[in-house]
Amino acid sequence: MHPAFSVIFLTTLIGAGQGLYLAMVTGQLYAVARFLPRQEEQFYAIGSLVALVLLVAGLAASFFHLGRPERAWRAAAKWKTSWLSREVIVLPLVMALVFAYGIAHLLDWTQPLFRVGQSLDVDVTLLLGLLGTVASFALYVCTAMVYAGVKFLEEWHTPLTVTNFIFFGAASGFMLAAAYSAYVGNPLVTFYGTWAAILTLVALGSRLAHLLRNARIKHKSTVQTAIGVRHTALTQRAQGATGGSFNTREFFHGGDSRLLVLIRYGFLILVFPVPILLIGAAYVTESSTLPILAFVIQFVGLMLERWSFFAEARHPQNLYYQSVA
Amino acid sequence: MTQLALVIDLNVCVGCHACVTSCKEWNTSGWAGPMVDQNPYGASPNGTFFNRVQTFEVGTFPDTETVHFPKSCLHCEEPPCVPVCPTGASYKRADNGVVLVDYDKCIGCKYCSWACPYGARELDAEQKVMKKCTLCIDRITDAKLSERDRKPACVLACPTSARLFGDVHDPDSEVSVAIRERGGYQLMPEWGTKPANHYLPRQKTRIHIDPDELTRVDNPLRKEDLTSYTGEETLDDVAW
Repeated sequence: MHPAFSVIFLTTLIGAGQGLYLAMVTGQLYAVARFLPRQEEQFYAIGSLVALVLLVAGLAASFFHLGRPERAWRAAAKWKTSWLSREVIVLPLVMALVFAYGIAHLLDWTQPLFRVGQSLDVDVTLLLGLLGTVASFALYVCTAMVYAGVKFLEEWHTPLTVTNFIFFGAASGFMLAAAYSAYVGNPLVTFYGTWAAILTLVALGSRLAHLLRNARIKHKSTVQTAIGVRHTALTQRAQGATGGSFNTREFFHGGDSRLLVLIRYGFLILVFPVPILLIGAAYVTESSTLPILAFVIQFVGLMLERWSFFAEARHPQNLYYQSVA
Repeated sequence: MTQLALVIDLNVCVGCHACVTSCKEWNTSGWAGPMVDQNPYGASPNGTFFNRVQTFEVGTFPDTETVHFPKSCLHCEEPPCVPVCPTGASYKRADNGVVLVDYDKCIGCKYCSWACPYGARELDAEQKVMKKCTLCIDRITDAKLSERDRKPACVLACPTSARLFGDVHDPDSEVSVAIRERGGYQLMPEWGTKPANHYLPRQKTRIHIDPDELTRVDNPLRKEDLTSYTGEETLDDVAW
């Protein structure tokens, strides 16, 4: 498939945005449980604002994918059947909840509404945090299912696509939370950094399993079933267009196979070992810049990962375009 | 229920592209048009087509044959492109089974083209909406046209009658009979999309001739019989 930059930016930016928001809520939950010192309300508010900026930037990028962006509102219509439609509905919902969560912290709406059990005081921020968490996970699933739901793209049609999106998004979000904590100089760097490293390792497991699965994938369709001629030697002599067509552009990454391998190794290095080592080094040296560098490097790596994710998917229609395939 | 479809006879298609040009001509100036043409006279022409003819070579030289393969939307009975459309622009007509795109609702997200295993959909580079074969919906539903003309442009243009058009749900229609009696098949049946369009396979007419059909055993004129007869009954007398 052709890796469109609009979709690469959309999926990586909203993934990190949701992850940062989940990191903020996780930080608050740990503080409620008194495992961590409670931060000033401003910390959660600004964290949510950064998450919102990422979500808005992702949404903005997605408009560049559309031929007719002025009609984008129509995309909410078919939520009963289309994962894309569901994503279009859940994304603004997540944005609204992230915004509300940030505002609730900013305006200090922390008076307990009611008490659960002996000591759990539930306030507005906690309720919004829980709702936002559910919505964020729903958005991860929707975004991933846009790809995993297309049965013809067999490289994507697996639950591993969903786990990849969840763990990549969460890892980059927690990495950003560590970078943010390092930037403002609060003691949560180690907490977020540890979680970021754990999530990155889980994402590595999921992605390696995905790569392994795809390396030995056996495609359902062959050129024999594509044109219905039972012969082992089928050669295409004409593709029906002199200068290519939509079919020769949309379904091919356009690079050669060496580029594909290069980018695969690139993301395997940039997403996994480098950020973990940098976070580890930041813990040892108590550096405030290394976590920021770790996030930036991982994010660049994630964009390469998304490019690779698109490029490695081979669509059955490519059987009709043998000279490009 | 009616399911209109094309049946394409690969046995007689000569790959002349008359269906391609007639399709473009009719549809670019009709309901589905215009269909963009970029750089039409340059080195690398580009544009939207609903129908394209590809050519495949079967076998290895010198034992080869050429198959011309016209390719357009197959109007699947289970169209995978329809449920994925987020706006409802992609739909299947209930009355005749033709899969269509509402160009006023399409946002050009290309998702339906990912969900079509046949690559039948093309994004129009100018109008930025998804386009595909309409089976000339504006011709075949036009009651003002005579019965003979109420067919897709490609069917009327084909000089070898390689394209048949009709209702594949009616068991007695020309297309159903052709599919039934001449081995009509669907493309990529493994996906369960149930394409309405069918293809008729290449067929070779062969006759088998035994050597004794060339040489009559009881031929009275044959010269090979070197027996000298002296009035007794010969084999030929017995046979006749």
